[in-house]
Amino acid sequence: MNTAFQSTDRALIETDIEQYLRTHENKSLLRFITCGSVDDGKSTLIGRMLYEAKALLDDQMSTLDADSKKHGTQGDELDFALLVDGLSAEREQGITIDVAYRFFSTDKRKFIVADTPGHEQYTRNMVTGASTADLAVILIDARKGVLTQTRRHSYLVSLVGIKHVVLAVNKLDLVGYSEQVFNEIDREYRAFIERLDGSIERVTSIPMAALRGDNIAEASTNTPWYTGPNLLEFLENVEIAASSTNAPLRMPVQWVNRPNLDFRGFSGRILGGSVKPGDAIRVLPSGKTSTVARIVSLDGDKAQGVSGESVTLTLADEIDISRGDVISSAHDPAGLADQFEATIAWLDETPMLPGRAYLVKTGASTVGGSISKPKYVVEVNTLDRLVAKTLNVNEVGVCTLTLDRAIAFDPYADNRDMGSFIVIDRLSNHTIAAGTIHFALRRSQNIHWQALEVDKAARARLNGHKPCVLWFTGLSGSGKSTIANLVERKLHALGVRTYLLDGDNVRHGLNKDLGFTAPDRIENIRRIGEVAKLMVDAGLIVLTAFISPFRSERKLARDMVGAGEFVEIFVDTSLAVVEARDPKGLYKKARRGELKNFTGIDSPYEAPDAPELHLETEKLNAEAAADSIVAELRARGVLGLHA
Amino acid sequence: MPSLTHLQRLEAESIDILREAVAESQRPVMLYSIGKDSSVMLHLARKAFYPSRPPFPLLHVDTTWKFRDMYAMRERAARESGMELIVHKNPEAEALGINPFTHGSAKHTDMWKTQGLKQALDLHRFDLAFGGARRDEEKSRAKERVFSFRSAQHQWDPKNQRPELWRLYNTRKNPGESIRVFPLSNWTELDIWQYIHLEDIPIVPLYLAAERPVVERDGMLIMVDDERFPLRSGETPKNKSVRFRTLGCYPLSGAIESTAATLPAIIQEMLLATTTERQGRLIDHDSSASMEKKKAEGYF
Ligand SMILES: Nc1nc2c(ncn2[C@@H]2O[C@H](COP(=O)(O)OP(=O)(O)OP(=O)(O)O)[C@@H](O)[C@H]2O)c(=O)[nH]1
Ligand SMILES: [Mg+2]
Repeated sequence: MNTAFQSTDRALIETDIEQYLRTHENKSLLRFITCGSVDDGKSTLIGRMLYEAKALLDDQMSTLDADSKKHGTQGDELDFALLVDGLSAEREQGITIDVAYRFFSTDKRKFIVADTPGHEQYTRNMVTGASTADLAVILIDARKGVLTQTRRHSYLVSLVGIKHVVLAVNKLDLVGYSEQVFNEIDREYRAFIERLDGSIERVTSIPMAALRGDNIAEASTNTPWYTGPNLLEFLENVEIAASSTNAPLRMPVQWVNRPNLDFRGFSGRILGGSVKPGDAIRVLPSGKTSTVARIVSLDGDKAQGVSGESVTLTLADEIDISRGDVISSAHDPAGLADQFEATIAWLDETPMLPGRAYLVKTGASTVGGSISKPKYVVEVNTLDRLVAKTLNVNEVGVCTLTLDRAIAFDPYADNRDMGSFIVIDRLSNHTIAAGTIHFALRRSQNIHWQALEVDKAARARLNGHKPCVLWFTGLSGSGKSTIANLVERKLHALGVRTYLLDGDNVRHGLNKDLGFTAPDRIENIRRIGEVAKLMVDAGLIVLTAFISPFRSERKLARDMVGAGEFVEIFVDTSLAVVEARDPKGLYKKARRGELKNFTGIDSPYEAPDAPELHLETEKLNAEAAADSIVAELRARGVLGLHA
Repeated sequence: MPSLTHLQRLEAESIDILREAVAESQRPVMLYSIGKDSSVMLHLARKAFYPSRPPFPLLHVDTTWKFRDMYAMRERAARESGMELIVHKNPEAEALGINPFTHGSAKHTDMWKTQGLKQALDLHRFDLAFGGARRDEEKSRAKERVFSFRSAQHQWDPKNQRPELWRLYNTRKNPGESIRVFPLSNWTELDIWQYIHLEDIPIVPLYLAAERPVVERDGMLIMVDDERFPLRSGETPKNKSVRFRTLGCYPLSGAIESTAATLPAIIQEMLLATTTERQGRLIDHDSSASMEKKKAEGYF
């Protein structure tokens, strides 16, 4: 089988090596794993891929030939799995025990692939491979379909945050390259993935016979019914999420660099955001602040350090920093807490002991800690949440992690490196579990912030934006909630801290004692005004979506917060239009007299005289209306660093 | 934000590993074998700790049979890095005059290198040793963790490796255990050469083609580097334009005929080659699965 791979590369190598090296230098890197149940053909697939990508040389081929005759499972044919199963125990038993890392490149990309074991006993080695991967190829033996181990691996893949999955329906040669078998497996697998509420965003299914090379590097004539990409083609072109450009700086200090008394540098790897001289930083857990003076390197000072780089920083001020501390953006520092909700995968034969003193390593710090009885354990086949007293080997559960002291962290969903941890047994020194942080359950009490009062301004500094109230007013059905929801989503995406108050979360709780008479309507708005005020004080951008028909109450709410913190938004839709829309049938009921005191029908609506924003929804769709609100906030300088 | 090229990613990862290992060990050491991988590893160490000197010594486990150019390079590397250089020669091997000609490559390698290394680590009580091995070199290396544990007897247990997740390395060891750390785990041979080229890292000139005196023996071209080389009857060294893909003891290193005298030229030859770099090492031909066995016994 001949393929197009490396053909242009090869020509370039022969004619212009310098040019080839420049091109090669700028290739992107994709790290992926193969996983799935025992014997589904993972190692065979990788062996075959190396072969197809022309990554095998003569001596490796002749060794493979000899090995295949000795240990092979394919008679006199080549057994490609032997290229990857490098341990003698693996070759003797014909299974994979530990991860193998292999390397190859094509014209477009460089690849590091980790071949992981399918056997349940070696799940910890599969997790090892998955933790550093961008993509997972999950294999299925077409004769067997989706098995428990397929589900377990898919679940683990979604836990470590992998977004792309290739479902390789393998050994299709053994089912006559049946399209129907392929489709059934594809359907069954997708149904399972739908129910996994993890990170997997995209599944691409490819019919394959790894041993024979079908659909690995070129379209197979055995599957004329399949029109999608072949595996290598897909891997070459799939987009890998680049680290976010405006993520906040995170750099755990690994090593304090003190060659002499005049130099004090902090060495570590940037695990989020970027850094420049002059940037304001905050050190956690101490809370001390300073600015970056230099980024020092053997090749001279650097103008910038970016996510993924290992750097050495010096600071403008002499502050005490030691290994394990995290240098983070002053405007958007990491969280600090000593108790978390976390998902924990248990990797050791000895079950978890709730309350036992373990060691927990995260970033560059190792601290003592313990784990609670699981809130629940996930059954990998059904994804049911089961009650459990402990975590046994290869089980995954959600638990509370409590540490002896506060650490800097981000939720795993925001930053893989700042939200992951391993658990180490103090006696055996083994790595017995791995976990991901969802959120802090208890913010640390004893934080020594720099001597500043914690007031509205201090909170705003920490948030990196100013607080305010976006007060939506308008008739029922005018679109207040729709627009407010859109605005909140947009602000959240910008990293702004928000809270939306609307009928759902206020009428059922805080104000459930109130009806719709005029006095009750007034009290309703007064309470909402008070809550909004507290939230503004807490530094949030609060969105309120209530009809709020009376000018005087809106004025009351306006006066509760500082000048410039109240943005009144008039969602202007005429009565005729809302009555025609009548999404909840309320206007009809009111007209029939079944609803009393209904604004616009038998209770007045007092339109604002001078709202900060006047949105005429009959001329503007909700999306555009929301955009104009975000633009207004930007223009007012409310969004600060998140603009 | 500019995203990193794959070489920048590899560099950053290696520096991360070097720093983490140093921060979490008491007596680290870097095994320096003078080859291209060691040169890259040393360069990365200088970057990792700059402006400090790398806070550990270099250890060369000498066999007394290296190329003369290699000894020259060793002295230069120590001088330029300002690091302490420890040279260990197994006294037993020295007393017995172990050499590849009379004792064979297996015995020679075992006595000088495997036993020599264990002695040196025990003698200086090093608890962590950096090595320049890469996963792309060989099938059992491809299976090894970045932080790889050795028993008190320096043995590797490949069936029982610790999980190694994300970039969280568990460096805690039991009494008597030591750690081998491989900062270049994820580099390929091409990455190494390309990085040497980009960073202008000094390497032993033997990697580049030049006229050198060689004899052909057992299908390999062996360089006659000094007068200790026992010529068989009928053998006369001939000058040929040759270079080496890997360097070790000169009587055990096969040269290849080549005229590639610049880095781009040797990279070009390597990319067009049809065999791996290990082809030139006599030691790997001794027995199949030999590397895993050697490593289990304590070979680096
Ligand atoms: N007929 C056929 N056999 C295959 C195919 N792919 C793999 N096999 C065979 O299936 C067996 C298992 O293959 P491996 O590659 O070792 O499976 P694995 O998934 O790596 O197994 P573990 O790593 O032990 O979980 C071997 O005998 C392969 O030759 C295929 O496409 N068609
Ligand atoms: Mg396998």
